Parts: sequence; structure tokens; C-alpha cells
Amino acid sequence: MALTDLLLTVLLLAYPTGALAALGVGGAAGRRLVAACGCTGSLAGLALGAVCLGRGVVPTLAAPFLPLTGLALRVDGLSAFFLVVVGVVGGAVTVYGAGYSAAYEGRYSLRLLGAMLNVLLLSLCVQVMADNALTFLMAWEAMSLSAYSMVLTEHDRPGTLRAAHWYIAVTHAGFAALVAMFLLLSAGDLTASFASMRSASLTPGVRDAAFALALLGFGTKAGLAPLHVWLPMAHPVAPSHVSALMSGVVIKMGVYGFVRVAVDLLVGGPPWWGGLVLGVGTLSALLGVLYALMEHDLKRLLAYHSVENIGIIFIGIGAGLMFRSFALPALAALGIVAGLYHTINHACFKGLLFLGAGSVLHATGTRNMEELGGLVKRMPRTALCFLVGSCAISALPPLNGFASEWLVFQTLLGGSAIPQPEIAVIMPIAVAMLALTSGLAAACFVKAFGITFLAIPRSPEAARAQEAPGSMQIGMATLAVACVALGLTPFVVVPVLASSLAGLRAVAPAAVTFSLALPLQVAGPSGQMSPPILALGLVLLATLAWLALRVLGADRRLRRGDTWGCGRIGQTPRMEYTATAFAEPLRRVFAELYRPTRDLSIDFHPASRYFVQSIEYRSEVHPWIERVLYDPLLRGFRAAAGWIRRLQAGSLHLYLLYLTLAFVILLTATRWWR
Amino acid sequence: MTIGYALEAAQAALALLLAPGLVGLVRWLKARLQNRRGAPAWQPYWELAKLFQKEVVISSNASWLFRVAPFVVFASAVAVTLLVPILAVPLPFDGVGDLLVVVYLLLLGTFFLSLAGLDPGSPFGGMGASREMTVAALAEPTVALAIFALALSAGSTNLGQIVARTTANPAAALSPGHLLAFGALFVVTLAETGRLPVDNPATHLELTMIHEAMVLEYSGRYLALIEWAAGLKLLIFFSMLGNLFVPWGVAATLTPAALALAVVSLAVKLGVLAVVVAVLETRIAKLRLFRVPELLSVSFVLALLAVTSSFLLR
Repeated sequence: MALTDLLLTVLLLAYPTGALAALGVGGAAGRRLVAACGCTGSLAGLALGAVCLGRGVVPTLAAPFLPLTGLALRVDGLSAFFLVVVGVVGGAVTVYGAGYSAAYEGRYSLRLLGAMLNVLLLSLCVQVMADNALTFLMAWEAMSLSAYSMVLTEHDRPGTLRAAHWYIAVTHAGFAALVAMFLLLSAGDLTASFASMRSASLTPGVRDAAFALALLGFGTKAGLAPLHVWLPMAHPVAPSHVSALMSGVVIKMGVYGFVRVAVDLLVGGPPWWGGLVLGVGTLSALLGVLYALMEHDLKRLLAYHSVENIGIIFIGIGAGLMFRSFALPALAALGIVAGLYHTINHACFKGLLFLGAGSVLHATGTRNMEELGGLVKRMPRTALCFLVGSCAISALPPLNGFASEWLVFQTLLGGSAIPQPEIAVIMPIAVAMLALTSGLAAACFVKAFGITFLAIPRSPEAARAQEAPGSMQIGMATLAVACVALGLTPFVVVPVLASSLAGLRAVAPAAVTFSLALPLQVAGPSGQMSPPILALGLVLLATLAWLALRVLGADRRLRRGDTWGCGRIGQTPRMEYTATAFAEPLRRVFAELYRPTRDLSIDFHPASRYFVQSIEYRSEVHPWIERVLYDPLLRGFRAAAGWIRRLQAGSLHLYLLYLTLAFVILLTATRWWR
Repeated sequence: MTIGYALEAAQAALALLLAPGLVGLVRWLKARLQNRRGAPAWQPYWELAKLFQKEVVISSNASWLFRVAPFVVFASAVAVTLLVPILAVPLPFDGVGDLLVVVYLLLLGTFFLSLAGLDPGSPFGGMGASREMTVAALAEPTVALAIFALALSAGSTNLGQIVARTTANPAAALSPGHLLAFGALFVVTLAETGRLPVDNPATHLELTMIHEAMVLEYSGRYLALIEWAAGLKLLIFFSMLGNLFVPWGVAATLTPAALALAVVSLAVKLGVLAVVVAVLETRIAKLRLFRVPELLSVSFVLALLAVTSSFLLR
């Protein structure tokens, strides 16, 4: 037990030390201190999670040494798993940040950035270990606010303020829902432990309300459609390592909270819960990838993909909840395991991709893909890491994205076990939408990697790009290795995940039998695969083909020449295919959804319409969901704010009147209450 | 066990050997149907041999990815021939990958080929890559649903088990779910292997082409690998259509007689499908690119009906 206590202490001390060091020490030394403390804390969290998962111990800590009583920590299987997620990404991100934030020196406040980074990491760790609502909510708010301050880092850039406002407004709406939910669950006592909430007997109406509030509150943080609007705005404007942390880990807290409440505290519910989550997940996955396809800002594209992947995670969890309500515990466990597996996978590859995009931004100063290109020769290591991430997110075997999507598919295929065919039919539709999503994701990442890294540079900045500094490379390489490792070892990850669910009453881990032998076997719907053998086979076959060409005497001459261009001389970047052109066929196919605006003006020669002098073409896709759903809301909000503003007239007499009124009303209210 | 692995190797070798011939056969059949004499069916073998003997010319814009992609495409296609029951079930590698793995392995090849299409910076390559990924993405839900329909009756996504269940229960092959899924997967086969009406494999410089535009910059041994892999893909889809839906003839025991029967039945199935495709390609014109999604949605609806009927008729 001593080991876990030691790790917990290191974790709880390292981050605050880092935050204080950041405030106290500036310059390169400060950056290094921030990275060292953040990395130490993350590694301690990672080790703590790993020890708890490996040994099955559940350390607890009530915090008598803090002035606020009622804080309580407890590391069960689910917490330990999320500690690992925070640790892996947090470690890589802090190391990367040391190099990346050097460019901010003298321009933006590095002290605040470093301090908030550590506060964010601490609040993430505390939050997953929280054992009562008070601790959870305080950590939640610390997380939201520290992230908010980091989103504001580049405050003088256009769009940053707007993004930050959206973020803080939506996140607080979600926070309100969470407070209400916990008040319902704990019957008004926020310091009541989670254990007492588990055993509380609630009426179905209260349970339904709590579930709806949880989906709303955690959905805003996770970025589930249609609550996702803030995400594609806020994630891209933050410094890239913060974007990686936000997309990789912070939005996963929505997943953690939802699993904790819906699966652990509420122990599942009626089928419509699962159906709703499944539906929302499917919608998010599809909308996320479709809007990502239209995006030519590299970081916005990645942010939309976070919406997609959160959708995939919730498809798994929703299916799990649904199986739970039909008393199919093995399949329920499979669904939640699949969702959690995709959680850590997405944390790794999305963290990696954001760090890669950060390196590109660092080297070229632009996020616009139409101005990039040819970086594979100028930044070979960044390109390789980004390629690994692209393959992983496109669910290509044998990388980690494939392993978890395969599990989600297997979960959904188990839908045939649901006794009511009219409900079971939901599953194949989800399968089809998931398949469409992963196909479109592959198309999107051919675009993202191909346009950004391949062919000829489209701007002088891209042509002058230099490889990222060492610390940034280490950060990316760590996550790339994690992607490969998680992809090759589902036969280790899946049983560990299944055992981490042991404390959850909603699923029966004993009923899940994942074979530990090499082929990964799934209990219910039975399917098999073995990523390590698959990877080995692919490498072997490619090597064999290469050797065979040599041995069997294929011609080995190789000549460099110009790209063939129908006889024209010289090739310029303007002849290349652009990101817009690449996505054009899909934009036409889904035109009903995108409703693009087009602006085409052709300037003809005055003598004849057969001679065109210039063509100007402009086309934009603006997500109409924002317009339809949020514009009325915003209008109402503005009207209400205008009305409320009258209260604040600036007159001291009026304020004194308010004070007196409020005081008298409160006094009478307390008297009546008794 | 050793026999099993020998069989795997033999199956992959047979697939590699037959693939160019299958492409040639379809071409020859088409030529005869169109009153042309046509090149003999073994012409693709000579073409491959010729390409292997030719020098490679690579665009000066291209990176290492352009030179790696052919090997990824080729290796993933050969890996699939080790998983799909072309001759016998159950194969020793049956547990290495199921039907979903097969689909995503093929997507891996498509992914890298599309990247390689973008690499030289040629507008043709970009156009081909964009269209190839569009078609691949839109075909994906149909494939997944067809898998669902098959897995539903077999209780597994394992290829060996799907074949075994249908062999054990021949009536299942005629169930509406099976027939509809066959129709859906047939349309997908046309799309994924670049046949008419989705893509025209016979043309090189036409604004409507997909696959040929993407590989335009390839030459010599790299082009040979890619062409061979494309042939393998055709053979893989044909043998999946033949062996998963009409599993008779697939060897369940490793006796010489059963294997001989398997080879003969494979030849018959491939021949029949080649004739069907040749007739189809003679009878219909290429669809406009933006009509292709309509064709794919037809196949999607077929697959959805397949799954629904399997659910309701259980």
C-alpha cells in the first residue's frame, strides 16, 4: 500500500510545485521546470493507475490536511484507467510544451500558461479520483477555468475571444446541469460519498431526470452533437499542446463522468437510455466527420474529428447500457470496454495529431492546409508521426484505432441477442453509420496528410519549414509509440479494462471471457483477430515482396523525372490538387447537409464572351445546425440580458434597496422554512 | 498443422498466380462479346513481366511514401488472400482476422495508394485519390451491413465459420437475407475493384477515371506490384462472393480429392462471375461520377433489407 500512497503524494505535490514554479521562474528555466514538474506528476499518475489496475488495490484518501473539509479521493478501477489516460497524454504534452512554448517568449504570458497547465493536469487527476460530488465539482470547475485561461493565451488573434466566450458559456451551462444532477442523486448533501449514492433508492422519475442531466452536462464537455459547437472553435485557438490535452483528455472527462454516473451510480436504466446515447453517439460521429471533411484549417479539422471519436465512444457505451437493460451483462461489459478502449486510443492518436499540427504551425506559421505541402521532406519525423496518427484515427489495422473500432463493431453485432427485433434493428443501422464514419475519416485523413505533407509546398513559408526541436519530437514520438503499442496488444488491454470494471455493478466482469491467448476473442458475438500476427504478417509480406524483386532480378534502375503534365513545361503549386478540390465530390454527395454557399463571378473579355479574363470562385460551408439551434437561443439570451441590465442602473440608492430587499426576503424565507 | 500452413501458402500462391489471368479473362470475354478479337487472357502476365523488366521513373516531387506505398498495397492484398477461404476451411490463420479485418486491410491499401496519388503533385493523381476515397467511403456502410447479415446467420464474423454454417444448413443460402446481401456485395465489388459502371478499367486519359488516374505516375516494378494487387483484389472479391454465399466445393477436409474439387469449383465460380461482369460491362455505360452515390445507396438499401429480413425471419 505504501507505494500507492507515495505515488499519490508525488502526484498531489508535483503539479502545484510546477504551477508555483511557473509563476516564480520565467524564461527557459521556467519552461523546463514546468515541463519537469508536469511530467513527474503525469508519470506518478500513470504509475499509480498502472499499480491499481495491476494489483486491483483501491487506495482512498480523505483530506484532513486541507482547510475545506469534505474532500475525498478514492482510486477504483475506472479512476485508475483514466489516471493512465491523463498520465500518458499529460507526460507527452508537457515535454512537448517545453519546446513549443519557447516561441511564445516575450509575446504572451508564459507564466500563466505554465501555471494553468499544471493546474489543469492536477484537476484532471483529482477529478477522476473524486469520491464525492463536492470534490468532483470543484475539480471540474478548476479544469474548465484553467482550460479557459489557456484558450485565451493568444488573445490578440482574431477569433480567440469569441471561441473562449462560447467555451465558457457552454461549459457553465453544463456545470449547472451537473450540480443539479448531483443534488438529485445525493438528496441535497454534496459531501455524501459516491458509495451512499449507489445505494440510494430513487424513484424512476428522479433517476430519469438525473440521467438526462448527466447526458446534458457531460455531453457539453465531451462535445456530443448538438452540444459540440464550442469545441471546433475553442480547441484550435489554444496553444497546440493545450489543444492536444483538451482534445485528448479534457473532453474524455465527459466520458468518465458519464460512465461514473450512468453505469456506476445509477447502475443502468430503461432501454431508452441506451438508445438515446447510441443515437446521440451516432449523430456525433457522422456530423463530426462530415464537417471535418469540409475543414481546411488543420486544427479545426482535428477538432471536428474529436466530435466524431467521442461519438464512437458513446456508441460503445450506449450499446453497453442498452444490453444492460436487456439483462445481457457480458455484452454490456463488452460495449463499455470497447468505449473505454477507444477513449485511451483516441487520447493517444488525437494528442499525437494535435502535436503534429502544432509542429507544422510552429514551422510554417499557418494552419491553413491550402498553404502547406511538401513537408514530408522538410519535417520527416513530424510527418512520420502524423502518418501514424492518421492511420490510427482512420482505423487501419494493425493500429489502435482499428482494435477499438473492431470491438465496437463486435458489440453492435451482438445486437442480435436483443429479444425484441424492433429494437434490435437499431444496431445494424448504427453499424452502417459507424462504417460510413470510418470510411469518411480515412478519406479525410488522406486529405489531411496528403495535402499538408506531400507534393510541392504551396507557400514560401511551407518551403522554408524546418524540423521541430527535440523536445517536441520526443512528445510526438511517445504518443506514436503508444498508438502502435495499444494497437498490437488488445489481448492485454481488454482483460485489464474488463477487470477495471469489476467495481461496477451494472456489468458483470465475470461474464466476460476475453481469451488471453494471442487471437483476441470476444465472448458474445464471437469474432477473432490477432493484431500482432497481422502486423508481423504485413511486414513479412512487404519484405518478401521487396526481396523477391531483388532476387528474381526485376529491373532496379530508378530515374527521377518531372511529374507528367500533358506536355506543359514546369510545374507550379497552383497545378496541384487542393484540399477543397479533394473534398469536392463528398461535398456534392452531402450537399443537402452542408448547404454550401457559392459565389462565382466570371470576368469576360469585352469583345467576346468566349474569352475569360478572370474567374473568382468562393464557396463556404457554414454548419447550419449552429444557425438553427443556437441563434434563437442567443437572441433570447441577449434580450434577457438587455432586460436584466435595467436592474443595474448605476444608482447607489437602487443597489441599497436591492440589498435591503434581499436581506429581508432571505430572513423571512428562513423563518418560514422552519 | 503443417499441412494447414502449406495449404495457406498454396492458396496465396494460387491467388497470386490466377489474379492476372482473371483480369485477362474478363478483358478477353468483353472483347469477344463486343465482336473484337481481343488480347488473349494471358496477356496481363506478359504485361507484368514487361513491367518488372522496365526502369522506374519517379517524379522529382515524390517522397519515400511513393516508393513504400506499392509494397503496402501488395502486402495487404496478399495478407487478405491468406485470410479469405479461397480453397478450404478452416484455415490456420482463421483466428488472425475476420471479415472486418479483411475489409479494413483492403482499406489500408486504398489509403496508401491514395496518398501516393497525391505525392507527385499531379492534378490527375489528386483527382483519382479524391474519387477513390469517396467511393471507398460510400461503399463502406454497405460492406458493414453485408457482413452483419452474414454474421447474423452464422453467429460469427469469422470467415471459416460463415462458410461452415452455410454448408451445414444449405437452406440458409436461399434465405432472403443471404440473397439480398449477395446483391449488395456484388455492387460493392464493382465499385471497389474499379469496374463499370463506377470506373472504367479500359481507359487511361479520361476525366472520369478513378483508379487509373491515381496510379498514373507509377511505372516499372512499382506499377507491376500495384496492377498485380488490383488483380488480387478482383480475385478476392470474386472468391468471397463465390465462397461465402455459395460455399459448396470449398474443401472441409484436406484430402487430395476435396482439394481438387475445391480448385475446380473455384475455377467455375470465378469463370461464372467473370462472364457476368463481362456481360454487364458490355451492356451498361459508365455512370457519371455524381450518379455513383445513387448506385451505392441502392446497394446500401439492399444490405439494410438483408439485415432486417434476417432479424425478422429468425
